[in-house]
Parts: sequence; structure tokens; C-alpha cells
Amino acid sequence: MKRVSVICIAALAVLASCKKESTPPEFLPTDKGSIEIEFDNVVGSDDLVLNTGAYTNAIGETYNITKFSYYISNIKLKNEDGTEYIVPQDESYFLIQEDDESTHVAEIENIPAGNYTGITFTVGVDSLRSAADIAERTGVLDPATGALDMYWSWNSGYIFLKMEGISTASMMGDFMYHIGGFGGYSSATINNLKTITLTAPTDNIATVRKDVTPEVHLFADAGKVLNGTTNVSIAANPMVMFADYSVNIANNYAGMFKIDHIHND
Amino acid sequence: MKRIYPFIFLIFTACLYACSKDVAEQVFEGFQTPSNFPAPVYHFSTNKVTQTGFELGRKLFYEPRLSRNNTISCGNCHIQSSAFTQHGHKVSHGIEDRLGTRNSPPIMNLAWSPLLMWDGGIFDLDLQPIAPITNHAEMDETVENVLNKLRGLPEYKALFKKAFGAEDITTAKMVKALSQFMVMCVSSNAKYDSVMRKQGPSFTAEEESGYALYKTNCSSCHTEPLFTDNSFRNNGIAIGANNDMGRYPVTLNETDKYKFKVPSLRNLSYTAPYMHDGRFATIDEVLEHYTNHVQATQNLDPLLQQNGTTGIALTASEKTKIISFLKTLDDRAFVTDRKLSEQ
Repeated sequence: MKRVSVICIAALAVLASCKKESTPPEFLPTDKGSIEIEFDNVVGSDDLVLNTGAYTNAIGETYNITKFSYYISNIKLKNEDGTEYIVPQDESYFLIQEDDESTHVAEIENIPAGNYTGITFTVGVDSLRSAADIAERTGVLDPATGALDMYWSWNSGYIFLKMEGISTASMMGDFMYHIGGFGGYSSATINNLKTITLTAPTDNIATVRKDVTPEVHLFADAGKVLNGTTNVSIAANPMVMFADYSVNIANNYAGMFKIDHIHND
Repeated sequence: MKRIYPFIFLIFTACLYACSKDVAEQVFEGFQTPSNFPAPVYHFSTNKVTQTGFELGRKLFYEPRLSRNNTISCGNCHIQSSAFTQHGHKVSHGIEDRLGTRNSPPIMNLAWSPLLMWDGGIFDLDLQPIAPITNHAEMDETVENVLNKLRGLPEYKALFKKAFGAEDITTAKMVKALSQFMVMCVSSNAKYDSVMRKQGPSFTAEEESGYALYKTNCSSCHTEPLFTDNSFRNNGIAIGANNDMGRYPVTLNETDKYKFKVPSLRNLSYTAPYMHDGRFATIDEVLEHYTNHVQATQNLDPLLQQNGTTGIALTASEKTKIISFLKTLDDRAFVTDRKLSEQ
């Protein structure tokens, strides 16, 4: 009888210890690590497949997407202790291009180790950088290379989000949305810069450690470029570039991001 | 008596030698603000003009490899003898003779110009070259292709090294070199300037009257000494067939419709035809417009609709005097300065 009790108690003890949630490893305040932010472009519940994927907007028009690119910048990470880590601006400009898989993950290094519960970023190129000396426009901001088809030479500024595709709803057969506008240099103009703040699920935060690189898996729903506070009709607006109507499209895509899940590997 | 002849001969030979000295051996002074000009607005602190930077920029300015098929350089539409405009062309002709929609403005006194282009769409001279290089009707090329072409030429690698200390050719270095050349295209040696700087010449009576008439009727917009206030205005010309709305597409401000940058009145003898689309071949036509044809189109400048009338009242005699004065703004030294020419 006694042995059974001992075994029972032992078993209970083992069970009790197994129920305990595994706690993340400890870290030093001086530890640094990296984080990877994956921008996974989708359309509703489907993956975004350029050229072949067929999609329908809220108005009921069908279309496909041949190009989908956008600038992400000014990334900030929210620590669970309430503080914010601001990624150094020069390392914080990314151009996500659906047609180039190598651009889908924004890797950020030298982040203070910690538990991060949220992320904030800008869609587009902020106004200071949009007006900066050419020497500060390198990499994805270089009009020659990185910004090759995302820069308006005639109205100095970047295209923040570009979506193009084919649709029978369009009289021209295709549609083009080139959304930009940083607020103007010498006189006030439209400002389509959008700041996006996302919070991770409470049981799925990012744990940056010197040997743990979380991968934050974001979804960007390209369908929300056309569906949102304004449901865009391709027939009525097949081409929107630097124009008042672009404000509606930017307001739409401001709601297209969400954190789907985070891997802490 | 005999002794002096060799001496005179020596002096004569020395003078000949001094006169034949190449212009390039003169000391390069960099950018100079003429004493009768205001302070420039270009950001020299991030792009100081040096002799090697200027010479590289000049070479690039006349380099047809900036265009897709290596036929069109900046100098094709900005010809020095026309004060760096494309003389005789209403609108610019680019690659394969494609036509643009606007008249090429002069590369002149740009260091004082806060906004570039007829519509002010470009706010930094360093960003300017990207527009014609990538424009379908102008050079139809990509900046990346241009850089790759230059990287394949040892003479350019050497010039970039001289100008910037390293052989690598980047977007920033290329456009900064071009800016160094363009800001040096300063026109400040017209007869008007000599008069204003009290360097000897005086206006004739007719020129003096013309100057007074200019001050009364033209100077609010074409303000001296640059002869533009760099603002955007609608001067009442008829709306063009292509409904060019000037600054409006750049700002989307309703009050900018049909406004264009006030051009300088310098070097008019070289820069015909006039207006954003080159519709007026002569200054006579321009003055005729101001006296007889100003239209109250949207955003017509208030200065052209005062006291219940549109336009500017000028007699034939007053027009003649104004034209005499305008000729004192022609700067022959500018259009012949070898330093700014294709070498």
C-alpha cells in the first residue's frame, strides 16, 4: 500500500512539474539579437499569386495582380515593459516586392534582447527622408537601383505602394495604383504616409535573445487595397497616381496588415 | 637707342605668351556670388564646387551616353549659344525626335532657384537629372544603365576618382557632379549688371526709360537682379490645346491650376521662343499679349487684373523702350564662356 502511495505521489509530482509552463530562457540587458519580419502578401484567405491568381473585390469586379510592392520604414518594437526600441533609421527602410522573394523578410539586427509585444512601422518613405540630400538615398531609396520603379522623377518623391493588374472591368484592360505623397516640400500637398501599429497575441510574443531570432509572420492583404473605408471600383478608377483619390486607397491599405503568428526558434 | 630693341622684343614675346595661355590654366575660383546678387539657395554645404567636380559634371552634361541609344546629352536640349535652351524649338525634341510638351528652360542661375521645372516639381538640383534621363521622350534610359556605361569607361573612373577620391561611380556622385557644373552656369555680366555694379557703362536714354517702365510694369514678378521672383503665376495666356495645368499636377491645389514658374528676363535674345510651350516667337508678341490678349482664366494673377482691366497698358513707344532695356540683360559672355562649353 505504502509503495503505491509513494508511486502515486511521485507520479503526481511528475505530472505537476510537467504542467508547469516552460519559461523563456533568461537574458542579460546587454545581450543583442535579431528579428525577422516576414511580409506575407495574401488576398483574403488565399495566398497572393501574381499573374495567375484570380480575385474579386467588394464591388464584384474580378482582377489579377501583376505587381505589388510597398515601402516599410521607421520600424519600432514595443517591449513588454512598455518601452519602445526604435530601429536606427538607416537600417529601417525596406522595399517589399511580391515578385522578388528575397525582399519578403525584413531582417533587423542588434536589437536589445527582450520580450516584444508589438511593432509599429510606416508604409512609405517619411517626409524628412523624402526631401533628404541624394547622398542619404541609398539601397532601396536610390532612384537608380533600389527605387527604380518606385520614384517619381517629375514630382520628387517615392511611390509608397504600387499595385498593378489586369481586369476586364477596366476600359484599358489593366489598372495601376501608384500611391505616394509625403505632404509636400514647399507647399502642403496630400500626405499618404501611414503608421501601422500591430500587437502580438498575448500568448505569442517575440522573444529576442542572443541566440533566438523570432520570426514575426505578418499578413498583408492586398485585397484591402481595393476594399476598405472606400470600396474602389476598377471601372471608375483604373488609374490612380498622384491624385486626390489616392487618399482613399491609402486609407484602405492602412488596414491591410496583421500579425498572424510568431516563431521563436 | 639700339639697346632698347631687344628689350621691346622680349616684352612683346612675353605678352604673346601670356595671351596664348590656355583658359584652363586660369585659377579655378569655384562658385562666386556676383556682388549685385542675393545669397544662393543651393545646398553648397553638401556639394562644394571643386575644379575636378565641375569638370566631371561638364563632361557628363555633354555625354550622350546618358540616353538609351547614346545620341542625346543634356547639351542637346540645353545649347550654350541659346543660353542653354533649345533655340527655335517650341517644345523639346528628345531621343528619336520624340516631342515633349514644354519649352526647355535655360540652365542659368539655378543656384538661386528653389524649385526647378516650369511646374516646380523638383526641389533639389541634384534630383533634376533623373527626370530627363528617365523620361520616355527625352533620354529614355535608366539611371542604372547610365552608371553601368560610365563604370565601363576608364576615363570616367579616373575622373570620378579625381573628383570624389574613389573610382566607384554612384547615383549621388554623378548627380552632384552635374550640379557642380550647372550651378556654375551663372549669368551676371550683362550690360545691366555692369551698370548696377557701377563698372563704367551707362544706360542710353532709351534704355534708362525702358528700365523705369520695367520697374513700374514688370518688376513685381520679374524681380531684379534675377529677373524672376521664382513664384508660380498665371499670366493670362490662353489655355493650351493640351490643357497643361502647370503646377497643379504637382500640388493638387486648385489655386495652382494654370500657374507656371515666372521665367527670368535675362538672355531673351538667345532663348526664343517664349512661354512654357514656346508659343511666342518674339518679345513683340509677348508684350502684345500683355497689352491686348490677357485672358481671365482660372487663377489669373491679381497683378494682371487691376482697376477693372486685364493686362498692362503700354504704348508702342513704351514697348520699344522696354525692349531696349531687355536687351541690356543679354549676357554675351555667358553664351560664349569657353569654360561652360563642350570641350
